[in-house]
Amino acid sequence: MKQNTSLSLVSVAAILAATAVHAETTITIATVNNGDMIRMQGLTDDFTAQNPDIKLEWVTLEENVLRQRVTQDIAAKGGQFDVMTIGTYEVPIWGAQDWLVSLNDLPDEWDADDILPAIRGGLTVDGELYAAPFYGESSMVMYRTDLMEQAGLEMPEAPSWGFIKEAAAAMTDKDNGIYGICLRGKAGWGENMAFLTAMSNSFGARWFDENWRPQFDSEQWATTLNTYMDLMNNYGPPGASTNGFNENLSLFQQGKCGMWIDATVAASFVTNPTDSTVADKVGFALAADAGLGKRGNWLWAWSLAIPTGSDATEEAKKFVAWATSKEYTALVAANEGWANVPPGTRTSLYENPEYAKVPFAAMTLNSINSADPTAPTVDPVPYTGVQFVAIPEFAGIATQVGQEFSAALAGQQTVEEALAKAQILTAEEMEAAGY
Amino acid sequence: MATQHSRSAARLMMAPAVILLLGWMLVPLTMTLFFSFKKYLPLRGGDLGWVGFDNYIRFVTSSAFWPSVLATLIIVGGVLLITVCFGVLLAILLDQPMWGQGIVRILVIAPFFVMPTVTALVWKNMFMDPVNGLLAHLWKAFGLTPVEWLSQASLVSIVIIVSWQWLPFATLILLTAIQSLDSEQMEAAEMDGAPPLARFGFITLPHLSRAITIVVLIQTIFLLSIFAEIFVTTQGSFGTRTLTYLIYQRVLESQNVGLGSAGGIYAVILANIIALFLMRIVGKNLD
Amino acid sequence: MARAVTTQRKIINTAAAWAVGLLIFFPILWTVLTSFKTEATAIADPPVFLFFDWTFENYKVVTERSDYARFLWNSIFIAGGSTLLGILVAVPAAWSMAFVPSRRTKDILLWMLSTKMLPAVGVLYPIYLLFIKMGLLDSRLGLTLVLMLINLPIIIWMLYTYFREIPGEILEAARMDGATLRSEILFVLIPLAVPGIASTLLLNFILAWNEAFWTLNLTAAKAAPLTAFIASYSSPEGLFYAKLSAASTMAIAPILILGWFSQKQLVRGLTFGAVK
Repeated sequence: MKQNTSLSLVSVAAILAATAVHAETTITIATVNNGDMIRMQGLTDDFTAQNPDIKLEWVTLEENVLRQRVTQDIAAKGGQFDVMTIGTYEVPIWGAQDWLVSLNDLPDEWDADDILPAIRGGLTVDGELYAAPFYGESSMVMYRTDLMEQAGLEMPEAPSWGFIKEAAAAMTDKDNGIYGICLRGKAGWGENMAFLTAMSNSFGARWFDENWRPQFDSEQWATTLNTYMDLMNNYGPPGASTNGFNENLSLFQQGKCGMWIDATVAASFVTNPTDSTVADKVGFALAADAGLGKRGNWLWAWSLAIPTGSDATEEAKKFVAWATSKEYTALVAANEGWANVPPGTRTSLYENPEYAKVPFAAMTLNSINSADPTAPTVDPVPYTGVQFVAIPEFAGIATQVGQEFSAALAGQQTVEEALAKAQILTAEEMEAAGY
Repeated sequence: MATQHSRSAARLMMAPAVILLLGWMLVPLTMTLFFSFKKYLPLRGGDLGWVGFDNYIRFVTSSAFWPSVLATLIIVGGVLLITVCFGVLLAILLDQPMWGQGIVRILVIAPFFVMPTVTALVWKNMFMDPVNGLLAHLWKAFGLTPVEWLSQASLVSIVIIVSWQWLPFATLILLTAIQSLDSEQMEAAEMDGAPPLARFGFITLPHLSRAITIVVLIQTIFLLSIFAEIFVTTQGSFGTRTLTYLIYQRVLESQNVGLGSAGGIYAVILANIIALFLMRIVGKNLD
Repeated sequence: MARAVTTQRKIINTAAAWAVGLLIFFPILWTVLTSFKTEATAIADPPVFLFFDWTFENYKVVTERSDYARFLWNSIFIAGGSTLLGILVAVPAAWSMAFVPSRRTKDILLWMLSTKMLPAVGVLYPIYLLFIKMGLLDSRLGLTLVLMLINLPIIIWMLYTYFREIPGEILEAARMDGATLRSEILFVLIPLAVPGIASTLLLNFILAWNEAFWTLNLTAAKAAPLTAFIASYSSPEGLFYAKLSAASTMAIAPILILGWFSQKQLVRGLTFGAVK
């Protein structure tokens, strides 16, 4: 008897739930498990309170898995996601294929003109904005002020590679587990190749010449890779060839790195006293150069885009507009402080006097503004993109090239061998793609 | 008459399983064959026409092909060798009288229940990490320089991780086989003064041959397609790119479905060669 | 009777076996321990083994961030559903192979096993397209079907080897008594084969639970099982060993506990005909 009552109660509840579900639209959001995204998930009550008829489903994945899933889904037109978290590499390619919904008609309050020009340009194809930037980043030098002081050096605002080496040598203290410099070594187009491609720009190297011929046989690439190896082998942490952004972040937070050249967004993590043991001892400088007029910093924006296969475009737009709005920034600031707002997307944020107090704000803006996707390196190139080449084949090629470079860093082959293999495999893939 | 009846009944009863598996094999295989003769680049507009055997030629002539076949064979062979050898030793050990046999058995089979992704993550981060990994601490405790497992000994690391996962399975099957060993025969041999090693070589090992064949067969099927362990740890770098992983790179990272499909067909061929080879042995050993 | 065993030898056996057992189990133990540490303790140098301030913080963080219950339910549904469905298809097939063998029985069995060698990555694209056509993407039903098909050969093989141990005369006697084929299988064969079926169920449940390629690639939000849950913790920013350990523990605990409780049943039937 008792069981019967509870059963009928359950079915009544089920019917109620079913009717409730019927009235609302569910949007499925694929996103990366980065800190800023996780924070956004925690703050979505604000959105659902404003839009009670929209239900959000999150698919939070690690970066590599996320890329694989969304690329597979959009290429096969699976339509599993209403909002995808993608970067400045994917947006121009997918946008040109008409796979993304144009966001030109987002409401005026969203204020598209407020988006930083460099970022907005990277997300626009033929005048159509195809993704809304959630956070933008460049790369810069993060260093330990206390160790620099101990070494008797002072970091200039715009250091050269020569100075980076000098400082790395001075700070390295392997007996105490302190390594002068931590750089990405883990293979992947978004890992070591993002860093190395940006670095190579400062040495005047390029991926392809104007006729799409791979350039790994050039002297500039040899210089880039030799400089990198020299730094890492002498002053880098052990196992650097498997360190990506996350591993290096963790090392830096543990106080094991003197310098770390990486994404500007890392600044808020390394200065956050709850996670970082060195929070109050971090300084910032522009990425290094070699005196050729280009710096080794990149430009990236994790952005929210809506695939054309979505069956809830309007609702998805509402969400995208909310998550990338000025109001969202204010919401984060109110809840978690200004240092934790998603950086690098809006001019208004950097004009905000409150935000100017954040130690890394100015350096982030300068870094972003100094990257130019249309002229990334010294010589002219047929492609756009600073640390990537905006063609569909790049991800596959660069990951394999990254594996060769990673193997060189691990001491399994020489720089010359790695470059020769990179040249061959890039030529193979480009030929397969029909260049 | 009864046989007649049961023959047709038997066919009827087999039908669902056979039809399902035939469908599961033929439909994707046909589609893969279809794609493999096409230039099919989803990011460049999809189907770009027939290209004959271009994809097949490109796939084998690529500088990555033979190393990947070799890596596959090393990993499969290495894991089989380790799991069978240690499996036999462990099975013999567990068969001995002891206190708490049940608990020990539970401890030993536990790794089999852990999902491959978790296995790979735990080994990669908490054991093989050259700075914070437990093995690094162990090495330092003995005054040695920590090994950079996943880069300097990449294939060995993968073999260790996968072996840890499959050792319980091998041990269990071998243990059941050992337990069925006729103890009178063993005792007789002991009485005759046969030394332990001879007893192992002439009685235990022949008795286990069937079980070993089965372990090899089943594990090979699973090992040929390992993916998560490599995806999580090295992503195919440092010479750990297996054939499966190479296909993954072609299909998903390069988004070249035609080329990847040709690779898939090669993988099917390789698997079938190995299968044929294995089944020769198994077929003999199964009855 | 049994060989006389000296106490001394038993002590040595016990010590050796326990040492090996603990060594093999250690990675799991370490993961569980780490899940109760703070991130700072998790990377402490030298490592802390037992004496630290135990905290549930990581579990709290993980359950707040992810809907663990849903992932868990999906895993149970998919692994359980595919196993049951597989047994349903496999029992009749295994019956006919075991009791009405023909010349081709062994060939069919080996062919079935060979379908398992189809590399999943190679056929992902075709299967994905098929799933879109049939509307099965991100559905528990679709995933259940795929996992059933993947494991079907193993299920059939296990049942076949187990059925073969059962004397055909018993079934024949039932038939003489006028039992139909259905009742012969349902009321005579299955009760006799309970241990074998139980261990087949268990093994395939484990295999389906741990399958990490299809479960990740054919799901998004609705049908995503624990393998996808883990994919959101595998390398987040900053220190993550403790949180990763907590998530890992949560992903493997259900199956580990099930496995431990049922290991006797599992072992009994896990012979694949190896024991003669």
